[in-house]
Amino acid sequence: MNQELEQTIRQQFPDAVLAATDCKGTLLITIKADQLLPVCRFVRDSLEFDFPDCVTGIDTGKELEVVYTLWSTVRDNDLSIKVVLPYDAPEVDSVTEVWKGANWHEREVYDLLGVRFRNHPDLRRILLPESFQGHPLRKEYQETD
Amino acid sequence: MDQPSNQALHRHPTPEQEHGLKTEELLLNMGPQHPSTHGVLRLILHIEGEVVLDADPDIGYLHRGMEKLAERRTYAQVLPLTDRNDYLAAMSNNQVYCQAVEKLAGIEVPERAHFIRVVVNELGRIASHLVWLGTFALDLGAMSVFLYCFREREVLLSLFEEICGARMTYSYIRVGGVPWDVPDGWADRVRQFLDYLLPRLDENDALLTGNEVFLSRTQGVGVLDPRLAINYGVSGPSLRGSGPQFDVRRDDPYAVYDRLDFDIPYQTTGDCLGRYLVRVEEMRQSARIVRQALDLMPEGPIMAKMPRVFRPPAGEVYTRVESPRGLLGVYLVSDGGTNPFRLKWRAPSFANLQVLPEIVRGWKIADVVAILGSIDIVLGDIDR
Repeated sequence: MNQELEQTIRQQFPDAVLAATDCKGTLLITIKADQLLPVCRFVRDSLEFDFPDCVTGIDTGKELEVVYTLWSTVRDNDLSIKVVLPYDAPEVDSVTEVWKGANWHEREVYDLLGVRFRNHPDLRRILLPESFQGHPLRKEYQETD
Repeated sequence: MDQPSNQALHRHPTPEQEHGLKTEELLLNMGPQHPSTHGVLRLILHIEGEVVLDADPDIGYLHRGMEKLAERRTYAQVLPLTDRNDYLAAMSNNQVYCQAVEKLAGIEVPERAHFIRVVVNELGRIASHLVWLGTFALDLGAMSVFLYCFREREVLLSLFEEICGARMTYSYIRVGGVPWDVPDGWADRVRQFLDYLLPRLDENDALLTGNEVFLSRTQGVGVLDPRLAINYGVSGPSLRGSGPQFDVRRDDPYAVYDRLDFDIPYQTTGDCLGRYLVRVEEMRQSARIVRQALDLMPEGPIMAKMPRVFRPPAGEVYTRVESPRGLLGVYLVSDGGTNPFRLKWRAPSFANLQVLPEIVRGWKIADVVAILGSIDIVLGDIDR
């Protein structure tokens, strides 16, 4: 099932897919950051990934990653789409227009990791106060008391 | 595909639309200290007269930085943190965390442990739904149901105390299995409790659904469109009250749920009453699951062999369970060290609360209390 899924996405976006791995049953595809929005539209409209499950921001120590985990209530299957962003300009298109539920999840990634989402309708901090300095889930973050 | 919306539904007219009275939009803070926000949630309401034009939930008052704390602790030390996220359903939180670590490290959990996990998870669901039922009824003015629900829950908490020593923050499900087997006679006491509980559920149900006031406060109020709900990532009873029958226990089965026989309750009305009916029926289904799991539970070990210093291989994994509030997920990244490299908590209440502004628009302030109660949020789960 996952191989089929990978083939379909590769065929549709031959230049966008950078890597594809199987994470214990979940297909994780890494795509070029500028292709995120078209790929997301495609997987929602053509592959029925209608449910925005989770958005995870990861600081690998070298770069920032954002992983969109999706679920299909039609096919009962999941899919993760990863984009890798450089430290000095962590910016990627928001997928709020594809899944409204991505809104708060992206705000959280912005809040805690400092990734900026282009065309996000309301990119404010969500868990921390507006006056907070820095992004605590970055590995370089130094706590102040 | 066009974006789904909640536009076409019934709304209260504003004073201007109804009587031609000129009013001004007013900002009203509901919370963070307000009994019906069920914790420290601040809702910024835009109102005109009594009618809500928009709502802006402000969260984070209970943020403890659990995901950051987890990066400084070993895999075993993280477990007590998970109890404190959704403190009304700590078993589900233990379950999803252990499941993620086990999936990442490829640990085989003994079968008996899986059955015990299912039993405590479902009992946890009943305990959580009882709190919800009591507080929801209280929000709508039904004091007695609140007292009855907490009386029933008390028995459950004693059963939990017997099995693991804790009443709410269990840390009972451990990576690899469970630390202690069920005490002698515990299974029978659970069966006795279920025999006691089910007739009382019907009684409570009759107190509410047989009450005209309760019905008029919930029927047709806060209708959530099913397509909109899915697009927002709403899950659990709040989703199933609108029609979709997505339940992780059946659609992405974990532990031994695929070997048990149970129904997924759902309603198509999408209103507060629909969400109420789903949760009440879920308690009956949980009782059914617990009985089966107790009957089918095999003898055998309850803990997998675990190394003294535990280092799962590098990699990343996502796993999910059905908590009482919906889809609870964990994204876990390991770099091969003794601590999680990154632990992301996908909280069901977080995604469910997001849809609130869509379903309170056009309703009156008193309805906001009913609608918010019907979504069943836990702020510890949202803020982490």
